[in-house]
Amino acid sequence: MTELVLARAQMAMLFAFHILFAVAGIGMPVLMVIAEGAHLRTGKPVYAELARRWGRGTAVLFAVGAVSGTVLSFELGLLWPRFMEFAGGVIGLPFALEGFAFFTEAIFLGIYVYGWEKVSPRLHLAAGCLVALGGILSGVFVVSANAWMNSPAGFTLMAGRPANVSPLAAMANPAWKTETIHMTLAAFAASGFAVAGIHAFRLLREPRNGFHRVALGIALSVGGVAAVLQPISGDLSARFVARNQPVKLAAMEGQFPTQRGAPLRIGGLPDAAEETTRYALEIPRGLSLLAFHDADAEVVGLSAFPRDERPNPVPVHLAFQVMVACGIALAAVGAAGAILGWKRRERLFSRPFLCAVVACGPLGLLAVEAGWVVTELGRQPWVIHKVMRTSDAVTPVGGLALPFAFFTLIYLALGVFAARLLRKELGASPFFPAGEGDSPTAPGEV
Amino acid sequence: MPTLPTLAAGCILASLVLYALTGGADFGGGVWGLLNHGPRAEARKRLIDHAIGPVWETNHIWVIVAVVVLFTAFPKVFAVLSTALFVPLTLILAGIILRGSAFAFQTHRLHEEDGTDWWGGVFAGASLVTPLLLGVVLGAVSTGAIRGKELSSIAGGPGAWLSPFPLSVGGMTLASFAYLAAVYLILETDDPELKEDFRRRALGALVLVSLLSAAIPFLSPGGAPEFHRALTGSWWSVPLMGANALAALGSAVSLAYRAYPLARACAASQVTLLLAGWGMAQHPYLVRPGLPISSSAASPEMLRLLLIILAAGGVLLFPAIYLLFRVFKKKALFGR
Repeated sequence: MTELVLARAQMAMLFAFHILFAVAGIGMPVLMVIAEGAHLRTGKPVYAELARRWGRGTAVLFAVGAVSGTVLSFELGLLWPRFMEFAGGVIGLPFALEGFAFFTEAIFLGIYVYGWEKVSPRLHLAAGCLVALGGILSGVFVVSANAWMNSPAGFTLMAGRPANVSPLAAMANPAWKTETIHMTLAAFAASGFAVAGIHAFRLLREPRNGFHRVALGIALSVGGVAAVLQPISGDLSARFVARNQPVKLAAMEGQFPTQRGAPLRIGGLPDAAEETTRYALEIPRGLSLLAFHDADAEVVGLSAFPRDERPNPVPVHLAFQVMVACGIALAAVGAAGAILGWKRRERLFSRPFLCAVVACGPLGLLAVEAGWVVTELGRQPWVIHKVMRTSDAVTPVGGLALPFAFFTLIYLALGVFAARLLRKELGASPFFPAGEGDSPTAPGEV
Repeated sequence: MPTLPTLAAGCILASLVLYALTGGADFGGGVWGLLNHGPRAEARKRLIDHAIGPVWETNHIWVIVAVVVLFTAFPKVFAVLSTALFVPLTLILAGIILRGSAFAFQTHRLHEEDGTDWWGGVFAGASLVTPLLLGVVLGAVSTGAIRGKELSSIAGGPGAWLSPFPLSVGGMTLASFAYLAAVYLILETDDPELKEDFRRRALGALVLVSLLSAAIPFLSPGGAPEFHRALTGSWWSVPLMGANALAALGSAVSLAYRAYPLARACAASQVTLLLAGWGMAQHPYLVRPGLPISSSAASPEMLRLLLIILAAGGVLLFPAIYLLFRVFKKKALFGR
């Protein structure tokens, strides 16, 4: 039992670390390509400087994401050999495709970051677009594999083994669309707002610096659009879960009894022993309405499932609340930005709005982490929904406390240094005069 | 026509060869960074960083391809190897993550803040340990010591990797990577003194590689008996060893006469032949003695789709890699 907990803890830690860099690898390239495109269109040097800096940031974050992703691909086997023995031959295809998407991203990122003086501006921009495309596709492929764990397809079970395997059907499993859309939007919202938060923070200190104004505009547009679209994708995902993984929905919502016209709970603490959720603000019939678009629909509660097939509702419900709250905050600030900036750009740079953007900076990443807690813990006790239990997948190798401690130390050190690197990068703030007609002032010249 | 499983296994071997020739040389660069003393140390360090920078990420991905093809085409083998070689694989991962992050931090000069090249040390240390263990894993697969029907009995079994044969394969891998890096680096610079520096290093590493490749056949009868019989008793044994000896001789002569592009071709052939020999001696097994290629593969549908994806991906990928090397290795690879 403890070995299982240690394996899960290690996997969660490795994953929580990697996802931050993976999200940056999806979102950042789009930002840098927009900046470079603006430079090619307008010829303004501020955009070129921005594209260079974002490109460099992408390179560092991508480098850490690449190796932390490599670690995960091996750890799938090291910690969960029985899962991989079963799943490798069914759902390996998206991993292979992801390898190529990843290759594309790496090759063209090399050309992008090191090739400013070596290739033509057009090829350079094309390289940037391929980096962005590679980033988006790698995310889509990997998340499709995860979607298969939630809605396994493309095989029949024969004596505990997969038979009649159809790799394409496995890849196009029922959950793949909702999950990949949700994650891709999340990556754009999270990285857009994280970057916007950083530049808003600088603007509070140097409000006239055109560099940060331009940067904020681009990052907030990408993050804001994604954040405003995300509730639609969230609705699709939730309704999918309601139909396909009712026990997960029940855990997310802290819903114990099976009832028609189930209420939507905001906050609250599920109590698994008493089979009730306390202290929640309940909106009557809200859950039925949201999950089935019918206020009288029946929602199956946790109590309808055997105890050994239920996820622990406490972390799942709480993480779900955190994710939704963060998502609403981002969507609100994104929409406010669109309204404020619609007529007059200048209003985006008012102090109260900048403070709101700074506050939203970490929320997208927090929402991503919380969302993965929901989908992973909400799938328990299964590693493959209703096919294989997590406890049956774990490695028979003992002493897992050692690698857990080992990787925790390494990742802590890496996290500290990555944060220092980020702070240093923020300290260097090139100055460009504010206003739409940026005159070509060399960076650093104040 | 080779069977689908054999083709898939061949793809794994091909990715390993490409990883050794590209990523392996990046490891070797790190080794030379560690052994960097005396005059021109700073210039050599800069040359190594400059040579690795743009191709670093791309070179790394070959190992991911190898792993993904392994777990997709041979899931059982992936599970067995992950269990039997848990310790060296975990250490390899630590090496990979430390090295990759150190490289990123170092490239952006984080260390200048406090004046110490802390990440440079991490990078060099990980560059030493990781290839050694990669070789150890390869050697362990050949020993015949990874056996057992159930994962639980494999996990409880003796460590297949801590014995003279895998360790010597590890040493060989490390020496080969350093050797490749030294030969490549000669062609990365116009500075005659730096060229001579790396020429001397290349010759030193070549001696080490040759000694180890002569020593391994003496260790393999005891350390990996079935592998040894296949390596020395097959129809291709004599031609392969002959080709290998020829490549080594060619390297030595061309290094002596400063015919560097030829030396590079010979060095790359040597490493390719070593890995090809390992693969041919493993055939028809992935892991001796219990996991033959034919019966441990995934379903034919999966293999067929996987091979189609690999072929299609290759058609898109290799021109892109060519472009990358064309842009950044123009002089080194294409002579201006």
